Amino acid sequence: MMLNEIVSTAVKKFGVGREQLLPVLQYVVSQEKWLSEDALLGVARAFDMSAAEVYGVASFYSFLDTKPRGDYVIRVCRTVSCDMAGKEAIMEALEKTLHISVGETTADRKFTLLETNCMGWCAEGPAMLVNDYVYTGLTPEKVVDILQGYMAGA
Amino acid sequence: MNSDEKAKRLRGLQEKVNLIFREIDCIELLERAIKEDPETIIQKIIDSGLRGRGGAGFPAGLKWKGAKEAAGGIKYVVCNADEGEPGTFKDRRILDEQTDKVITGMAICAHAVNATEGSIYLRGEYNFLLSKLSAKCNTWNTIFKDKGLVFKVGVKSGSGAYVCGEETALFESMEGKRGEPRNKPPFPVIAGYMDEPTVINNVETLAYAAMIIADGPESFKAIGTKDSMGGKVFSISGDASVKGIFELPLGMNLQEFVDLFGDDDTKAVQVGGSSGVCVPRKNFADTIIGFEGVPTGGSMMLFNSTRSMYHVLENYLEFFEEESCGQCTPCRAGCQQLLKGIEAVRSGEKPLSYIEKLRDLAQVMSVASKCGLGQSLVNPFNSITRYFREEICY
Repeated sequence: MMLNEIVSTAVKKFGVGREQLLPVLQYVVSQEKWLSEDALLGVARAFDMSAAEVYGVASFYSFLDTKPRGDYVIRVCRTVSCDMAGKEAIMEALEKTLHISVGETTADRKFTLLETNCMGWCAEGPAMLVNDYVYTGLTPEKVVDILQGYMAGA
Repeated sequence: MNSDEKAKRLRGLQEKVNLIFREIDCIELLERAIKEDPETIIQKIIDSGLRGRGGAGFPAGLKWKGAKEAAGGIKYVVCNADEGEPGTFKDRRILDEQTDKVITGMAICAHAVNATEGSIYLRGEYNFLLSKLSAKCNTWNTIFKDKGLVFKVGVKSGSGAYVCGEETALFESMEGKRGEPRNKPPFPVIAGYMDEPTVINNVETLAYAAMIIADGPESFKAIGTKDSMGGKVFSISGDASVKGIFELPLGMNLQEFVDLFGDDDTKAVQVGGSSGVCVPRKNFADTIIGFEGVPTGGSMMLFNSTRSMYHVLENYLEFFEEESCGQCTPCRAGCQQLLKGIEAVRSGEKPLSYIEKLRDLAQVMSVASKCGLGQSLVNPFNSITRYFREEICY
């Protein structure tokens, strides 16, 4: 779908009341993985708001990315319980397999690697999200398997 | 205690409460509740002594009463499912397994305060629950219509911002704005979502409210202590022999708790997540888990002697520095300076006495910050730097 179609689909689905701004931005992110300048301008026009204000809202939320992201956004929990359960080894395995560091996206735009704050799986850490899907009880081996699944499937 | 004795004792405690995960007929409960006077319902919640289970502990019945008495065109009930406090994960399971009970709690509240619209604000990290919750909301909206209750419930999704768990920041976010906390007063019961009277309760609070109406306030009051009535769902993580989600009576002392959940080497327990206090081993026996002692939204993180409390504190400060909304200076600058400060003490760039200045700063933040995020940082900071000072510099 083209960007302007995505924005108009979102607007049709949710409307342009101010309280629908987050759902619309969330929808664009679900399709595009991030909010480009064009996407923000398109949403601003639809809502009859300044682009700066839309950007201000988007940039407040860590899941409304304003930088290019891959098809699969990996977010590894870095908060205490997951950290104690071995999060560093998970990060190393991810970085080594994907050949990128935290904050980066692979050259084929397939994976983005990020750290995130507590995601609510503290008793089953280390944990990570791949888009909306949760993986818990991770080991370096398990992480490589999971990545290979995504690499093969996509 | 050997592990069998521990398991037996734990089962005994869980059986004493057993409210949140006990199956009940929610439709029958709703039918019964909407036939009762709103005043009677509110009085039952007040009589039960139920206080907010998100961490702040405001009496739920008084909140409902305030919203009922407030003048407004339209009233709202909001379920705060923005469970972001590090170490807390019980609302995820309650929402997943007891969706009907939570929605029934919202509907009973709506009937009591005369609210017509309800929202569940679900944190973005729990988006995997979204389709299930939306479907449940649709089912219940049909039930409400059938039973003649004018109330409609839906789900709103967050997008990864810890501060949105603060009630007024949550309203801002629901209104499509940056999640920046508002000044209080006015409180949400007067001017909440869309500046209309709003009851906002934690997931667990709403589930307990439903159970109080189901069983009556007396049985709820019989659990716990005078200041901390009822049960509480705990999220247990870290160096624990048993981890996970447990519903227990409030008012246990920390020693009893560690005996059940520790690994025989527990040196500290962080009660209430990163914004709670750190209790060292020597204080376990004198510390009550409850509003009269250390209150908690349910997060209990255990640390054994292999852990560096410097790293724990540093991890919390990194968390706060990133999650501060940046709106008010004490919190925005304070979080950064506390983190830089302990790093400087650690590296030897600053003397150990510099910690005193940092503790003063945390104290200033506790009175000058606009919301609970900046105000509560003093809890972990001053407890860890007090009890584990030597670990900060070595």
